[in-house]
Amino acid sequence: MRAHIPSYEMLAPKTLEEALTRLAGGSGEWRIFAGGTDLMVLLEAGKLTHRRFLSVWRVQELRGITFAPQYVTLGSLTTYTDVLRHEMLRREFPLLAAAAAETGGVATQNRGTLGGNIVNASPAADSPPALLVYDAEVELVSTRGARWLPLREFYTGYKTTQLRGDELLERIRLPRETAGFKPYYRKVGTRKAQAISKVCFAGLRNRATAEVRIALGSVAPVPLRCLKTEAVIRQGGDPAAALAREIAPIDDMRSTAAYRLRVAQNLLKEFLDA
Amino acid sequence: MLMPKAAINLTVNGAARSVAVWPMARLLDVIREELGLTGTKEGCGEGECGACAILLDGRLINSCLVPALQADGAAITTIEGIARGDKLAPIQQAFLECGGAQCGICTPGMIMAAVSLLGENARPSEAEIRNALAGNLCRCTGYMRIFEAVARACRPEGLQP
Repeated sequence: MRAHIPSYEMLAPKTLEEALTRLAGGSGEWRIFAGGTDLMVLLEAGKLTHRRFLSVWRVQELRGITFAPQYVTLGSLTTYTDVLRHEMLRREFPLLAAAAAETGGVATQNRGTLGGNIVNASPAADSPPALLVYDAEVELVSTRGARWLPLREFYTGYKTTQLRGDELLERIRLPRETAGFKPYYRKVGTRKAQAISKVCFAGLRNRATAEVRIALGSVAPVPLRCLKTEAVIRQGGDPAAALAREIAPIDDMRSTAAYRLRVAQNLLKEFLDA
Repeated sequence: MLMPKAAINLTVNGAARSVAVWPMARLLDVIREELGLTGTKEGCGEGECGACAILLDGRLINSCLVPALQADGAAITTIEGIARGDKLAPIQQAFLECGGAQCGICTPGMIMAAVSLLGENARPSEAEIRNALAGNLCRCTGYMRIFEAVARACRPEGLQP
């Protein structure tokens, strides 16, 4: 059923401090609202449990891409378009650029944010597999302080995360250590553009050091970094069997568990053979 | 419980407007119902089809996915703002000449997506045209003529065979 729009509240704080103070003063009833490409769909469908939203779209502290010697830091409001237009970022983190290019059409890329994609915690989100293989970390802030967390540990279950009711995702940082890695990204959906993935695969491989990193979307309750499969590959074991043990695909409206497993294994093979 | 309406200021196709809105009303509904600009269409209402595409501060967006409060202070351009007086913009003329419109529901969104593309890339390749319009669905499936129209708007020879 469609939502009753007049019963929803939205405020638009202009600074991070204002937003955090508002979050701290509540008891979890405020939900952060960024580009709206996900939340507005849920709103229309009457599926939003929150009634009060803090629009952070105009909070400048949450924007910007900065390069330091060790890390690249991205404000949580970094849009897919911001990623695609940043030449240095594209070159150094091609998987992130590939994910951005495959997320929706231009209109969605102009509004959708990395922070929103992470916090909404959909297992089918396009950017988390790329972020996971880059060992991304997320900074959660509140009036109590700030904490950095590996993205891998941020997800706790289907659409649940470590984010507390008074916290906000401020920044994402990527270690600058993957220059020698060969990237592989493949999203499998019903059509090339504007489709939600059936399986999404991001991989990085450094033949010189035998290092391999793999993350998948839509094959588990959370976007999944496949550390066990990576270990089996390093030890010369059977990658397909390891992947089958590590992922937990399901049947749903977009695909079946059997198809997802087969495709995930095929993508893994393509990645390793490349 | 009813929340109070909020007064927002918009520049709509160059003209300053002030409207009272429910904060989470869809910008699409504000455009159609409060501003009376019904050229912007609703297709899917969930960001999949691009029929409601407009420019918000110069950027292509789906107006069904933007809450009205987030547009406060912004400049929006709708399909009604594309022509110059009685004279069609080149992209509109090209849609006419190439048969880029069939039932017409997708046309305003297609044109806005094309305007956004041509604003950044004056001579896009066919691949760039297809990519820029990938978020816009045509239920009549008249894509080839639409791509042709966008190509013709920026080069007389249109798409190369």
